Parts: sequence; structure tokens; C-alpha cells
Amino acid sequence: MQSTNVLILGGGPAGYVAALRTAQAGIATVLVERERPGGTCLNIGCIPSKALIHAADEFHRLGAGGQAARLGIVASQPTLDLPRMNEWKQGIVGQLTTGVQALLKRAGVRVITGDAVVLDGKTVEVRNIDGDAGQSQRVICQHLVLASGSAPAELPMLRFGGRVISSTEALVPQSLPDSLVVVGAGYIGLELGMAYAKLGTRVTVVEAQERILPAWDTALTRPVQRRLQALNIELLLNTRLLEGDAEAGTLVLQPAEGESRQIQADQILVAVGRRPRSAESGIDRLMLDTDGPFIRVDEQCRTSMRNVWAIGDVTGEPMLAHRAMAQAEVAAAAIAGQRRRFEPQAIPAVCYTDPEVVVVGMLPEAAQAQVGDVLVASFPFAGNGRALTLDAADGFVRVVARRDDHRILGWQAVGPNVSELAAAFTQSIEMCARLEDVAGTIHAHPTLSEAVQEAALKAMGQGLHA
Amino acid sequence: MGVYVIKMPDIGEGIAEVELVEWHVKEGDSVVEDQVLADVMTEKATVQVPSPVHGKVLALGGRVGEIMSVGSALIRLEVEGPGNVADEGDVAPAESSGMPATSSAADNDASGASVKAAQPEDASSKASQESASPVSSATSGGVEVSVPPARSQASSTGRRSRPLASPAVRRRALEEGLDLRAVPGTGPVGQITHEDLDRWLQQGGALPAATAGTGQSGMLLARREGVEEIPVIGLRRRIAQKMQESKRHIPHFTYVEEIDVTELDTRRQKLNARWGEERGKLTILPLLARAMVLALREFPQMNARYDDDKGVVLRYAPVHLGVAAQTDAGLMVPVLRHAESQDIWGVAREVRRLAEAVRNGSAQRDELSGSTITLTSLGALGGIVNTPVINYPEVAIVGVNRVVERPVVLNGAVVVRKMMNLSSSFDHRVVDGMHAAEFIQSIRAYLECPSMLFVE
Repeated sequence: MQSTNVLILGGGPAGYVAALRTAQAGIATVLVERERPGGTCLNIGCIPSKALIHAADEFHRLGAGGQAARLGIVASQPTLDLPRMNEWKQGIVGQLTTGVQALLKRAGVRVITGDAVVLDGKTVEVRNIDGDAGQSQRVICQHLVLASGSAPAELPMLRFGGRVISSTEALVPQSLPDSLVVVGAGYIGLELGMAYAKLGTRVTVVEAQERILPAWDTALTRPVQRRLQALNIELLLNTRLLEGDAEAGTLVLQPAEGESRQIQADQILVAVGRRPRSAESGIDRLMLDTDGPFIRVDEQCRTSMRNVWAIGDVTGEPMLAHRAMAQAEVAAAAIAGQRRRFEPQAIPAVCYTDPEVVVVGMLPEAAQAQVGDVLVASFPFAGNGRALTLDAADGFVRVVARRDDHRILGWQAVGPNVSELAAAFTQSIEMCARLEDVAGTIHAHPTLSEAVQEAALKAMGQGLHA
Repeated sequence: MGVYVIKMPDIGEGIAEVELVEWHVKEGDSVVEDQVLADVMTEKATVQVPSPVHGKVLALGGRVGEIMSVGSALIRLEVEGPGNVADEGDVAPAESSGMPATSSAADNDASGASVKAAQPEDASSKASQESASPVSSATSGGVEVSVPPARSQASSTGRRSRPLASPAVRRRALEEGLDLRAVPGTGPVGQITHEDLDRWLQQGGALPAATAGTGQSGMLLARREGVEEIPVIGLRRRIAQKMQESKRHIPHFTYVEEIDVTELDTRRQKLNARWGEERGKLTILPLLARAMVLALREFPQMNARYDDDKGVVLRYAPVHLGVAAQTDAGLMVPVLRHAESQDIWGVAREVRRLAEAVRNGSAQRDELSGSTITLTSLGALGGIVNTPVINYPEVAIVGVNRVVERPVVLNGAVVVRKMMNLSSSFDHRVVDGMHAAEFIQSIRAYLECPSMLFVE
């Protein structure tokens, strides 16, 4: 029997950040993680997927029909050394997870590797410690922080296994399938689908709704859709999945109009979202208040049970690592007795499709509905020198602002490397910036960010290059 | 000024009605963020309802004992800035009150800002206890300060539930315990700047974060920073010097023995029943003092002062018994003169008088010096053992521990007896261990056979 002040369940971006912060505050902290610290993000999510996407981009650029040829660079047909690519990718993962382990150690966090089972709000049993089925230990804590994250959602008619894979397996391809069906045209499905297509797989994307990335407007997703076409990715929208056979790799699809049809693929990637691990590991035993499948928390990440906290994906959308980390900071501070609240004005969302999409704050439609009179202006990358020199001029930066005082409510962008604009977007919203603030800031030339300034100018009716 | 209505919160578990059990505030009270307003009870539990804002109570929404439905108005507060019902146009009552800013002197006192000070410089001087002048109440008045004109509310009125401010301002406000909704913003779009916060704080718009963590056990873990400097002056300095002198000069040894005081206590109660009215109630202490006086006849070397500079031990014929007493200013040792010449009631009376004198500061110099042996007792807090520090330059001190009922083997049977330990320290330079032990055993004999106390 062990006792500690703070016990954190889960070593992902939520859990490890909370652990670092409580430990740094001098509070005895135990972190229980089933596998390696870093969670989905570092091990089987953001990081390996970005590595795969980058590798696929590089490969595709040099290949037949790739963009290098347009620049006058002609290479002989490149070949793919998949094990080497995986090795490089896992090297990055290893470097980052080792880094997290080192940080935890330096901060004085005690990490227990094993399966946590919550017995009550103050007691957790850790089983299979270090993979030894006979090893278990009870830990008593004053504060329990639930950060158990999320897992890929499964379809009832298409369980994972056989030819049916989740993003986890898709990120470590042992061999490249000739054909891949991606079920779900959300950001995970499109990112991976595009990467596989670039590596040479024939990709079909099936989506039940009428467009890709359905949370966002069509103007924003159109450049992505154009690129899907250019990559010869077959897009089956308005199409429902009736049944599937994991062994044969067959799917029966029902389009909105017309007969149902059957398709076959070497692999089927189910990317229909993620479900929170909010009822596993005995968490359900606590009978916490919930919001749908999520654990309900207040602005300090307190659950309905005293001294039980929840952070990260288990607490709701958006299930993003940076939201989880921000919540972790708040919860750790609250545990340490400081006054903090989780009250962001905006949480950026980034999608690493080709081209990339970034969304911060309100979309035009939502702003119109909530605020009423708003200004919306887009500046196309076709008018941006830097985008042209990157040979990636499809896309734009768009700003949404109040008409009365020009306060910026939202930013969206689609285009090359626009993920890096997320910080500027979010900061301007957090700082309550007006269009004039952005327009009056000198933006370096030639950079993509000039389009940000231009969008603000255009919203003010003072567009320079447009 | 706006009106802010707090509704009966949803306690969860699908409960639609709760009973109002207790109000923690009344009309006209100033409340601060997180302050508990009321207790409400469901079938399962009593829940405290805190205030999310600073403000003043305009009206309570129900009487104690009333069953209220979730979502009904629990309390109406007047707050700085627009409230949450401004749009309903019922802010009228707020006009009449010239309400001061939310801070009050009382709150400042609660935060520990008021200082008790002025210790007597010398133990013999009149131990005057005055509190320092109260904290300047500059923040308490309803001072009119010119506030920059609020920006035109335009279309944003009614949507100010989320104040406009940068993350740094929001965090600072939270740490200061400020509700940003109350702070007028002067930024280009009405956002609250650091300067706005400064101004607001200067006006006393905020309270120190004294209420932080009320009722939140998480606060126990807070790591705190900062060091408070407490000057060691007056009586405390005297105590420090005496203690250090004693421990530096005297090689102490401590001897602990347990005493069966069952009979003594029975006797004491009988004496109190018979004479209590007339002569005053007796505690154990005067009986113990008597036992010491009698034991000192056999062991006069304990009733002494050792002048180690001159190399001479002064044995005293009279027993001037120091009796350690705790006062607000610190430990003092008034002296019961000629304890050998007083009966137990005389001792009891004198001990009471001296204790009172040191506590109210009226003890005279000769009542605070000249003891030849000291008795120390913490009464019910006496513990089971202590290691008393000798009242230098004396050579012995007798410490009294708590009286407890314990199982004791008596004549081969386990019986419940009232037991009390004596923990006594001696100056080993001039008192040998065996003599010390014999002295304590002598005291024990008197206490365990209390008739002996009354035999001359």
C-alpha cells in the first residue's frame, strides 16, 4: 500500500503535464500509465502521423506526377524503404517519449507502469506492474486526476481486426496495401488517406455526410477536396456503410441515391472519431456526472466528486492535445491551491491534410448567428508571393470580426503550412485584438503571414493586394 | 451597478427540489466571490452554495426550511457593473443605496492584517497589552473616484458575461480574487487592461484573496512562498535569554516517575465537598506543592540556587516556589513566597492570585523573581512525559503530567487507578541522580499516602 497526494491516471499530454506541474509545486505525485508516457499524441497520434505525412509528402513530390517535376527537378522513380521510414518515425516517437520520461523523473514524479483500476475516489489499484501479471499495488491518494484519454471509435458492424484497422495500426504500416478504404472523412481519415495515396496506395474515402470535414464550411474545405481529386482519391460522400467483412475486406455501401454496392480493399481504415475512456479502469464505479460519454467537469476541471479531477479527452470536445495540456495546467494549479480557470477564448484546431487547415474562434456562420453583424474577409494565397514560391497557392486566410468595434472573433486558413499561423490567430483573439491591430502590425515579407494582415485590411475595406 | 441573480443550482442526481437549510448571509451583507451564501439539503447531502461574484445582498429568495425548486432565484445581489438581469430592466432598487465599495474594514481584519503588539519590554514592568492602531481603513469608504467613461455599450450590452481581457489580465484578476465582470474596461473594444485592474484595486474594488480556498481541501497542499519576520523583543527576548542561559549552563537530567493519585484525588474531592465553598476549590497543584515542601525538608539540596561564577550553592530555608504560568505575552514564573508556611488552601489562593496577576499584568517585581525551586504544569495538556528546563540558577524543577485512568496491577489484580507522572529535571553538577530519585520518591510517598500531607 502506497500513499501519495496526487495520483494521475494516464500519462498522455493531460496526465504528464499535470504530473509535472503538481510535482514542481512540491506535491507528492504518482502517475500510472499502461504503456509509455506521452499517450496517444506522442505514441500513436499527432507525432507519428505528422512524421508519416511528411515522409509521404517527400516521397510523392519526387515521384511521377509529383510537384518536383514542375520545378524542373526530374528524379528517377523513387523507391520506398518502408522499414526505414518506420524506423525514422519511431525514432522521433522514442526521442519524445524518452524526453517526457526524463522530465517526469527530474520533477520527482513516481511513474508506475501498469493497468490502473479505480477502487474509489481515493484508491487505485495498479495491476500487471511492469507487465508482470502477479504484481499489483494499491495507491491511496488525496487527489485523483483522471486523464485516461480516448481510443479510436469502433463501428458495430466493422470491428477492428483482420483487414480492419484503426489509426494506431495505420501509423505503422508493415507493408503498403494496394488499396485502402477510409471510413470517415474527418481529419484523421483524410490526413492518413492522403498520406497513403501519396505513398502509392489506391485510396477510397467513404463519408456518410455530404462533405468532407463536415464541421467546417465548404469554402474552407474546397482546396482539400480539390487535392483529393488530384491525388486520385475516390470520394464517396452521402454514403452509408451497411455491413463489412473484416476477413475479406469487403464493404457494402449505401449511397443516398441509387443501389447499394460492394467494394473491396486490402485494408479498411475506420476513422469515425474517438471515444473517451471515461468508463474504463473502474472510473464508472465513481458514478461521476457525465455529459454524454464524457466526464462533466467545471472550469477548474473538478468532477462531481470532491478531489476527483478530470482532464483531457475524457472531459469532452475538442479532443486535442493542446486543450488537454491547458486543462492539466489549470487542474494542477487548483490542486496546489492557486486560483486558475480553464477559460480560453479560443482553442485552435489544425488539420494536416494537404493543404493544411487551421480554424481558431468563430466560423463566419456561427459568428453571424451569435453576434449578428460581422465582417468576413478572405485573402487568397494566389496573391501571396511566398505561397507562389512554395508552389502551393491554393488556399486563403479568412478573418471574422465584429462590424461595430472590429474585434476579431475568428480566423480560418487553408493552405501550405498554415498550421504555423495558429499561434498568431489564437493570440490575437486572446488579446481581444481589433482588425486595426493586425493591420497595423508589420508582417514580414515574403511570408505566408502577409495574408493574415491582408485579410484584416480587406475586412476593413482597405485591401492592398486584393 | 447591476443586479445579479443566483439561481438554485442543479445539484445533480436529477433532483428538482431542495430544502433551504441555512443562510450564511443576510440582506445588506457584502459578499465576495466563493463566499458560501446558503446551505441547501437534498435527500442525500447538504450542499453549500457559493457566490460566483462580489456584491451586496439585495434580497434573499427564500426562508430557511423552504423547499425550493432548482433554477428558482436563490438570492439577488447588487454588483458593480452590469448584472445578469440588466436586460430585464429591474435594476431600479439599486439606485437608492449609496453602497460603499465591496471592501470593508472587517474583511481586512479577517485577513489577518490587524496586528497585536506591544509586549512588555521587561517582565517586571506592567504587562500592558494594547493592540496596535487598527489597520487604516482607507479602502472601506465609498470613495468617489473618477472612473474613465465606459465605452458605448453598443450592441454588446448583455453579452458581457464573459469579460474581455487578455489571458494575463484574466489570470491576475483571478489571483487577486476579482470578478472581472465588475471592472470597467477602457481598451479599444472595451477590454480590461492591466491599468484598469490597477485602478480598480486602488479603489478597493477587490479584496485580498483571503477567501481563496474556503472549504476547498485542495488548498491544504498549497506551497506558499514568503517569510515573515517576527522580532524577538520584550518578554519573548527575556524568555529566550533565560532558556538559553539555563540550557547552556546546566547539564540537565530528567527523571520521570509515575504516581498513583487515586487516593489523593479522592481526598481532594472530599476536601472540596467539605470546604470548597468556604476555602475555595483545590486542584492537585497545592497538594503537590505541599508534598514538595515536606520532601524538601529531607532534601534541602533541591531548594537551592547554584552561583557557578562564585562556585557556591545557596541552600534556602524558605521554599519560594516558582509556578510556571502561560500568559498572552509568553511564559512567566510568578513566585509563591514561603510555601512552607501556608496550608493547602493558602497555596491554592496564592497560586490563583499570582496567575491572575501575571495575566493581567499587575504582578510586582518581587512576585516574579526570587524562586528557589519551580513547579511547572500544563494541566490537561500535561502529556505523559516532558523534559522541563530548569529555572536558572535553580537546581531543580518538577513537571506535572496529565492525570489519566490506567489499568494498574495492584495486589495481583488489574484495577483502574488514576495515574500521574512527574517529569523533573535537575542540575547534574550539584544534584546526584540518586538524590534526585530519592527526592521524587519522597514526593511520591506523600502523594500516594495523602494523610501524610497533613501530619506535621
